[in-house]
Amino acid sequence: MTCTEFLAQLDELIDNEVTVSLRADLEQHLRECEHCEITLNTTRKTIEIYRSHEIYELPEEVRVRLEKAILAKCRKC
Amino acid sequence: MQVDGAESLKLSKMSTIQTSGTEEVHPDVLLVERARAGDVQAFEKLVRQYDRQVFRIANHITQNREDAEDVVQDAFLKAYEKLNQFQGNSKFYTWLVRIAVNESLMRLRKRRTGKMVSIDEDVETEDGSVPRDLADWSPDPEALYGQSEMAEILKKTIQGLPPGFRVVFVLRDVDGLSTEETADALGLSIPAVKSRLLRARLQLRERLAKYFRKDGKKNGGGK
Repeated sequence: MTCTEFLAQLDELIDNEVTVSLRADLEQHLRECEHCEITLNTTRKTIEIYRSHEIYELPEEVRVRLEKAILAKCRKC
Repeated sequence: MQVDGAESLKLSKMSTIQTSGTEEVHPDVLLVERARAGDVQAFEKLVRQYDRQVFRIANHITQNREDAEDVVQDAFLKAYEKLNQFQGNSKFYTWLVRIAVNESLMRLRKRRTGKMVSIDEDVETEDGSVPRDLADWSPDPEALYGQSEMAEILKKTIQGLPPGFRVVFVLRDVDGLSTEETADALGLSIPAVKSRLLRARLQLRERLAKYFRKDGKKNGGGK
């Protein structure tokens, strides 16, 4: 397996959507290719970091104001 | 306090109500039915359940806080007005995201004085591939930066991606929607979602590498 072929399957590997035999091939490539191993691990880390940090926080006071405005308009519908 | 959209959706899935036989009714569907019958409190529950996610998606598209607040209001109001059109063959949240994405694009268009804005634009690097930073990262990259500094890095990094990539990444990896649900919410084909997700993940990884790589000092340069 080449690095290009590995990268084409990267998402499926991360999302656990590979067959047993494909997984074995991908893991074999990882044992032989440090670059792809780093790419896999750091891509996983990228997802994990974005998932665990809220970069657009909705403050509670804004949330309450928006909810009140939405529901007041809904009641008029 | 961070909000984990994927987690809340998972909880929502776990609390799916079992009815007769194998048929399952998502709790949102019951809330929609009550709201349709005029129960505004049932709709309030839906607003409280999803307003943070709608705000996040609107921010990722418009990149403007005021616009994102307006999108939250307009998207929920439009959803309320159109509740009769919700068929129940997709999840309420997916349906709501579709409305929120359209509202966000409309806001963006207004700011760009009518210039067409589409989530469907495709962006290729010159040879269709993404370059690879091959250096390994620090074992705990999050320890290198304070919380607000990290938020700025993550914001700046994702803002550098085309809008169509940002939204696919956020829906799939932050909100936890499936590929099919993301395609449905954005009106994209499944191969288009897959292709964007791969490129979004790789481009984000590449851009974050300069902040998190093991052998470099934190440079924060963002060039």
